[in-house]
Amino acid sequence: MSPLTCADLQALSTRALAEPADWIRVQLDTGGVAAGAEKVFGELTRLCPAGPGIVLRRVGSTGYSFADPVIEVQAAGMPRVHYGRFSPELVSRLLNEHFQAHRLLDDHCIATRSRGVALTAPVTHLLVRDTGREVGGKTEFFQFAFAEELKRRGLAEKVQVVRALDLGVYDEGVAVQLLPSAVTYANVLASDVARIVAESIEGGRVLDDLLWQAPDRQVRIVLRNCGIIDPDDVEDYLQRAHGYQALRRVLTELSPEQVIAELKTSGLRGRGGAGFPTWMKWQLTRAQPADQRYVVCNGDEGDPGAFMDRSVLESDPHTVLEGMMIAAYAMGATRGYFYIRAEYPKAVERIERALVQARERGLLGTNILGTGFAFEAKVRLGAGAFVCGEETALIASIEGKRGSPTPRPPYPSVRGLWGKPTAINNVETLAAVPAIILRGGTWFAGYGTDTSKGTKVFAVTGKVANAQLVEVPMGTTLRDIVFEVCGGVLDGKEIKAVQTGGPSGGVIPREHLDTPVSYETLQKLGSIMGSGGMLVMDQSDSMVDVAKFYLRFCVDESCGKCAPCRIGGYQLLQILDRLSRGRGTEHDLGTINRICQAMQKASLCGLGQTAPNPVLSTLRFFGEEYRAYIEGGPSYARKMSRTGTAAAPAAPAPAAAPTVAAKETAP
Amino acid sequence: MMIKARINQLEVEVPEGTSILAAARQVQVKIPTLCKHRDLLPTAACGICIVRNRGGNKLLRACCTPLEAGMEISTHDREIVDVRRSTLELILSNHPQACLTCGRNGECELQALAADFNIPMESIKRYVKDTPPDRSTGSIVLDFQKCIKCGRCIQVCQEMQDVWALSFLDRGINTRMAPAGDITLAESPCVKCGQCSAHCPTGAIVENDETPAVWEALHDPAKVCVVQIAPSVRVTVGEAFGLPPGTNLTRKLYAGLRRLGFHAVFDTNFSADVTIVEEASEFIERFVHKRGPLPLITSCCPAWTDFMEKNHWDFIDNFSTAKSPQQMLGVLAKTYYAEKAGIDPAKLFMVSIMPCTAKKYELSRTDEMYASGFKDVDVALTTRELARMLKQSGIDFLHLPDGEADSILGDYSGAGTIFGATGGVMEAAVRTAYFYATGKKLDKVELEAVRGLEGVKEGTVNVAGAPIRIAVAHGLANVEEVLERVRTARKAGQETPYHFIEVMACPGGCIGGGGQPYGVDNERRKLRIAGLYQDDRDRQVRCSHENPEVTRVYKEFLGKPLGPKAHQLLHTRYTARPVYQK
Repeated sequence: MSPLTCADLQALSTRALAEPADWIRVQLDTGGVAAGAEKVFGELTRLCPAGPGIVLRRVGSTGYSFADPVIEVQAAGMPRVHYGRFSPELVSRLLNEHFQAHRLLDDHCIATRSRGVALTAPVTHLLVRDTGREVGGKTEFFQFAFAEELKRRGLAEKVQVVRALDLGVYDEGVAVQLLPSAVTYANVLASDVARIVAESIEGGRVLDDLLWQAPDRQVRIVLRNCGIIDPDDVEDYLQRAHGYQALRRVLTELSPEQVIAELKTSGLRGRGGAGFPTWMKWQLTRAQPADQRYVVCNGDEGDPGAFMDRSVLESDPHTVLEGMMIAAYAMGATRGYFYIRAEYPKAVERIERALVQARERGLLGTNILGTGFAFEAKVRLGAGAFVCGEETALIASIEGKRGSPTPRPPYPSVRGLWGKPTAINNVETLAAVPAIILRGGTWFAGYGTDTSKGTKVFAVTGKVANAQLVEVPMGTTLRDIVFEVCGGVLDGKEIKAVQTGGPSGGVIPREHLDTPVSYETLQKLGSIMGSGGMLVMDQSDSMVDVAKFYLRFCVDESCGKCAPCRIGGYQLLQILDRLSRGRGTEHDLGTINRICQAMQKASLCGLGQTAPNPVLSTLRFFGEEYRAYIEGGPSYARKMSRTGTAAAPAAPAPAAAPTVAAKETAP
Repeated sequence: MMIKARINQLEVEVPEGTSILAAARQVQVKIPTLCKHRDLLPTAACGICIVRNRGGNKLLRACCTPLEAGMEISTHDREIVDVRRSTLELILSNHPQACLTCGRNGECELQALAADFNIPMESIKRYVKDTPPDRSTGSIVLDFQKCIKCGRCIQVCQEMQDVWALSFLDRGINTRMAPAGDITLAESPCVKCGQCSAHCPTGAIVENDETPAVWEALHDPAKVCVVQIAPSVRVTVGEAFGLPPGTNLTRKLYAGLRRLGFHAVFDTNFSADVTIVEEASEFIERFVHKRGPLPLITSCCPAWTDFMEKNHWDFIDNFSTAKSPQQMLGVLAKTYYAEKAGIDPAKLFMVSIMPCTAKKYELSRTDEMYASGFKDVDVALTTRELARMLKQSGIDFLHLPDGEADSILGDYSGAGTIFGATGGVMEAAVRTAYFYATGKKLDKVELEAVRGLEGVKEGTVNVAGAPIRIAVAHGLANVEEVLERVRTARKAGQETPYHFIEVMACPGGCIGGGGQPYGVDNERRKLRIAGLYQDDRDRQVRCSHENPEVTRVYKEFLGKPLGPKAHQLLHTRYTARPVYQK
């Protein structure tokens, strides 16, 4: 491999890539592998004809976690589709039916999110799914009805009716999608079947009354390459994802000040949770006189249920590296560290490989792209301590010390790793950087709200129909995320609340679901944006249990350094535990508030300061559930632990707003 | 650069970088803290010292937040005090309620703060993990239950002393201070210096209390108890009775110890003079007669010899083989004194009053500590233990008439008394070595170059045209620098950068020892040292070799310095004992 030059990259940026006609991408991220994607890949390798046949590619995840393992298939003359819940047993059917007979497989198709508005080509396939409350209920009936109607009109050979796994339309009756143009109809009634076949399939006319035009809520900036490129192949990144073009632009066209200015225009704020403006962090680090500066990528994602960083690192490692290098250039750093938790072996492996490949192509080392810019990066593993996501503890951990936070100031931008100015950026933050450089800060700032710009990746889990990774513009409401993007609550139950911000965050009750998501709005509600974990809870979830769950997490993860967090968390948990056994008293509520106050005000780092948030926010919005335990006593508690159903549904309880200190990450 | 700000509306002007805590002290505002110690960098562990800047929502830690120009700090508003109280209550909920039976009763920082806050009832259930104390060293007791995890001991052990015996293990509520790897303190690299115990705010680290053994011996009619007082104890023991640091109570101690029931009272200053005679002779052997390697390194600090055997055993041959004053006095008491006084040495019970926890370990360090045929020193008590004994005994210590030491092993020179301060051994040795080398008395006995609290002090003394290059280090973390210079020169085949090195494990020397009264900081160290130098100035005899009792003991008993008898009784050996085998 020869080192790349600017000219090479320039050539790559304009060359159109010849894609093979037939290919299959298997999404081999940790989630996919856990669901059996490696076996699918193995079976595909075994059965795919060797030679210039179907090209098999390993890719990362598009985010459809609910449907793992997921593959994406492109066959000549066929619409491109994702197949979810795929299995090795389906491989031979896929090859025979999809590639030979040009027929889609029933029950596995995930429809494209881009919605067509015109029937530009003859319909070949029709995806159908009942998206109503009894999910899937009428799908088969409609499949039969469409098939019969098509048969009646002699179109059965030309159009296949396929039961889809997911159409991206939820709670809108029966929905169909006409492929390849992706015209989507929702709330289709039995009486519409004949009309659709006659007008749209035969006549090529769009039925405006049925047309589902709601645009896709997702905007994929950070996740732009996830599930599309091979994370283990730098060539794929270079050729198919404008790889390192942003770096080239930065090194050849922009001064460090201009890079920082571009970031300032973009309004990008730290995606790790605190939302400190990224440009300012870089600026402060740059302004500090030093012979050495460091840039650290914080990949110590530890919130329960959060997997944004893991997905990005596993699916698009070079983007993160490129972002890191741009950051390094902007602040005058020449060394970088990826701090990744050891529980993410695949992410570590892929970053390690990305570093090797980047080094081979001259993208790391001295005189990068012949510009004289020098940069080296290394990986450091976190040993599974949540607190090591806190900047100063992270630095201590990289230095080989016990991962405990130290007082700030000095901030890392003044005295960080090995005593040198250091900027610590979250994975998602860095992944957004190349896109901002290529498409401009103004473009990025076009998304989002006034104070929170751009997009944010969320890992939506819990009692949600489609647990998945989503990337939406800031300002999207929680309701849209849960109901429009993720298909609503699992099993059609009533939503009770959404927990955001992980153990540092709080619950947002359903009355506030129309809150647009931004750093400020969530904080006002006693929660935080956090790194992007979003846990959906239905009416059967006890809020006392939820508070206990998150608090226990923080108690386990407290480094033990400072008294309010070390002892306060433990004692708080004891009281909650007692309370949830029906042994609590009214007096306990006072003690809970006192301990929470001490933890928030007197803890040294963000972990301790925010650990009481789940307790305070559940107390604020669901205080009656706590009181029910106190009043109901042990018999109530026993009933609760048997049935797991909460008391009366939550009434809006605007209690005194507890003040919430965000997990601070000022530089 | 000076900056101006306000603390509780009071104008304050301090140099940039001063912490809010220190700045507040200037305007008589006391911000309570449990973890910050004036010797140490802030650990920011306790969460008690919180303050507020200009009505901000966030509270700052005063210990580690530098005061910034224009800040308007409030230290005691309603919420701050509430939070402080809650935090203190939390700390108490994780601390055993054993004040009355605790080694720190009445001297505990946590107890004092709890008293100030008058926390009347406990609304938070007590949780203290039942962990047995570590008594493995016989010098220091780690009582884990009483630890409030302030981190002082760990900072002391790792940074001030470079010993790395203690660290934090586990996390969350299970966080504990202990030797890494769950070994006992005796198995750890611990050198028993006891600085951890001197800095601990509670009773979690205390000296191993051996007063019961002494009381028993004093009440045993079959035993003849004798006692010796270390140089530094005389200027520190008063602190336990409320006197300012540095108050010289030598004669009160003599009288008090006699009242306690000691048959004879000796002064370790005497044997310090003997140590100097031996050590200076050793130095002359090596420096003038070129017999033996240079530099010569002092060995009277047992924590330092332990540290050297564990970490710097490549310097074994450089160590002075002369025993420490404690051991010299022990062996002389059980041989020379026993013979002169006609007492069966088997009945003699020698107690030493030391500033130091490592001295307890030294008593049985090697076979040479039994040179008299018996255990040369039976029990070593720290200053703190002695103060307790005096208080228990009903003696009105401060108002005692002055007493005298026994004359046979009791007289001392000014050189002997300054052993208790960093640089003192070096100064004493130079006074005598100069005489041995030139046959002349120094015009000026004070050696300013080795005085003061600088971590490493260097100087050159001209002895008959030959310059002696000397270095003094105190606080074990400062040793590395000096030894590394010697090693580098050694490797390069160059001449040694120093001829004579003094090392004391504790900052300030023995006056800052791990067994001294609580509350040590540099202010106190300076005052204690000043007390010793005053004692030196007040002595007629300023040089060890001029001490008439020393001359007499050589004449009557020991023979010549470094002679066969002296060698048998007054010298020891060292062995490499690496803690971490490769």
